[in-house]
Amino acid sequence: MALTRRRLEVIDPDLCVGCMSCMFACSRRFGDSGLNYSAIRIRSVGGVERGFTVVVCRACDAPSCVKVCPTSALKLRGGGGVTLDSRLCIGCGYCVQACPFGAVFWDEVEGKPIICTHCGYCVDFCPYGVIKVM
Amino acid sequence: MPLADEQLARVLYVDLTNRRYRVRRREDLFSKYLGGTGVAVQILKEELDPKADPLSPENVVVMAIGVFTAVYPAASKLVAMFKSPLTGNLGESHAGGRAALSLRMSGFGALVIRGASDTPIYLSVHDGRVEFKDASALWGVRSSLTIGKVLREREPWPGLRSIMRIGRAGERLVRYASVILETYRHFGRLGLGAVWGSKRLKALVLGGKRAIPVADVRGYREAYKQAFEGCLRSPATRKYHELGTAENVIPLNEIGGLPTRNLRSARFEGAELISGERFAQESLARRIACAHCPIACIHIASIRELYPGERYFYVTRHISYDYEPIYALGSMLGVSELEGVLKLIEQVDILGLDAISSGVALAWVTEAFERGELSERETLVKPEWGDWRTYLRILELIVEQPNDFYKLLAQGTEKAAERYGGSDYALTFGGNEMPGYHTGPASHIGYLIGLRHSHLDNAGYSLDQKYLGRAYPDPEALVDELVEEECWRQVLTSLVLCLFVRGVYKPEMISRALRPLGIEMSEEELRDLGREIYREKLRLKMEMGFDPSELRLPRRVLETPSPHGRIEEDYVRRALDRYRSLANSLT
Ligand code: SF4
Ligand code: SF4
Ligand code: SF4
Repeated sequence: MALTRRRLEVIDPDLCVGCMSCMFACSRRFGDSGLNYSAIRIRSVGGVERGFTVVVCRACDAPSCVKVCPTSALKLRGGGGVTLDSRLCIGCGYCVQACPFGAVFWDEVEGKPIICTHCGYCVDFCPYGVIKVM
Repeated sequence: MPLADEQLARVLYVDLTNRRYRVRRREDLFSKYLGGTGVAVQILKEELDPKADPLSPENVVVMAIGVFTAVYPAASKLVAMFKSPLTGNLGESHAGGRAALSLRMSGFGALVIRGASDTPIYLSVHDGRVEFKDASALWGVRSSLTIGKVLREREPWPGLRSIMRIGRAGERLVRYASVILETYRHFGRLGLGAVWGSKRLKALVLGGKRAIPVADVRGYREAYKQAFEGCLRSPATRKYHELGTAENVIPLNEIGGLPTRNLRSARFEGAELISGERFAQESLARRIACAHCPIACIHIASIRELYPGERYFYVTRHISYDYEPIYALGSMLGVSELEGVLKLIEQVDILGLDAISSGVALAWVTEAFERGELSERETLVKPEWGDWRTYLRILELIVEQPNDFYKLLAQGTEKAAERYGGSDYALTFGGNEMPGYHTGPASHIGYLIGLRHSHLDNAGYSLDQKYLGRAYPDPEALVDELVEEECWRQVLTSLVLCLFVRGVYKPEMISRALRPLGIEMSEEELRDLGREIYREKLRLKMEMGFDPSELRLPRRVLETPSPHGRIEEDYVRRALDRYRSLANSLT
């Protein structure tokens, strides 16, 4: 199970320049460009001069998002965090409300959550080593 | 050919007079011109009466992005085109930040603003929705930075939006007023801020999120990777990562190309003190990037200040710096204190003025005062080289316009010099104040014949540097080279790439990157497109009254030696003759 235990970790948000390359990379996994499918979000800490925070799934051991999912579309992922079975998802958005990190994003096209799979594709596009797969 | 992303071709037409809007599909424009400059020229031709007064409701502002926006890295600029109140001619200004991305994410490829509101308003455009919101309480607020903070709280899409606004300079129609984006990017040049002011448009907020389909996924990922690596690792972009454009200060000073004290000299004894190296050591606080650009060239300095009269009460403020403001508000004014340069940059941001035009205007005032053409009766204060505290006050006076002199200075250096004397040392080109390169004939001829009168039109300054220590071309060959480069740049500014990545996005790379988007264009077709857009833009400019036979260099440029020695009047004359015949043959 070594593979599924990999998680994306935020190493040092102080190095983040807010370029959004990670966000575009994540969205690109689905083939399209733009930002609809991104499971990572970079936000300024009240004005860019104070720097950025990286909003991404923290791979919780006992995730709040799973607890509120009424259809079991969200399932525990080995090694922390969750996986989404979108066939079961009814688009209620409870998970979005529940995640304390604000790390469940919304797919405006399908009306379903976007959840980090900890695949690490974004890491290769972060020029400043802010994120890593561990 | 149809665009893979249909939403790009949606153009939002906003009428501020009647507070109405409509959306039109313009596949015709986007598939032919790719976006940006190419599209904006066409829309302006359709929408604007070339004889319109720039500060009347008849002026039209077009803002456009291109097929690369939010698709490839460093396609991070938004183009604005309008009639300039500073030059009375075509105005074109480009800004970074998040605006380009936000426009595409809000579901449009271009935005057209016409008419004028009777009371102050701001526009909020997100998710395809357009709202006209009252801005009466925001009008007259002392600092444009406050406006940004207020709207940040009120508007949706945090992290995925752009907040553009004008300051008091725009409200009070200073002809070189800027529009400020986010906090650190600008539509600086040619007075877009005054045009917004005349329309009582205080701010524009854009935001949204969506997917952009591509025609060939695998090809797209490959082209992306290549462009990304190029932006990040190519030597062509290195200086922008590290010291930023401020790196230019020392080398320009060494070759004798750094305009100093109104270009009475091209070497500044205080250059070390305001160099990129010095800024980095003393005050660089953070580097940040425009949306979707890995280069992160934006350098933000912090200044820490003790409150007067209070012990242990400090305030820390952040100000971004670049080469151009350091030149205009530093060497050009003889200011060699870091703190002074930063405070002047902050002041132009608070007021919403263009840093370059402001600096050149202040430099002209100082010299005219020294020569006795101006007295305290006009200026109200005593300008003196290096005295940045007084300059801070003069910038406010330009906005307040308490007397006839300041009313005129608010119309630009050229206007003020026509009335008070000193046209020989008023450093304007076609009405626009000069950028920071006195590197040789190409830079100045470039400002004069470039269609925006900007150093980015054709990069004359880099030709000057290229020919340093080598045989300088004949004037005719030089003009041909400048025009050829400017034609190519129309392609870059139609895709709306940041010009810092011009070395990465070569014709071959662009042609390859277009393919996965379903657009087949060879390198030669791209070059032809550039020439066509150049021609179209020149024609539009002529219709607005641009007359190549009136081009004139300020005498000062010929008096102060450049790295290529004194610039010969005869050389310039021959170059301009060549340009006129070229311009005639093109239109
Ligand atoms: S989405 Fe939020 S709650 Fe769910 S596992 Fe990730 S961080 Fe935890
Ligand atoms: S690890 Fe994968 S899913 Fe998670 S943010 Fe990065 S690219 Fe997206
Ligand atoms: S790619 Fe890295 S530096 Fe850029 S926004 Fe993402 S985390 Fe920050």
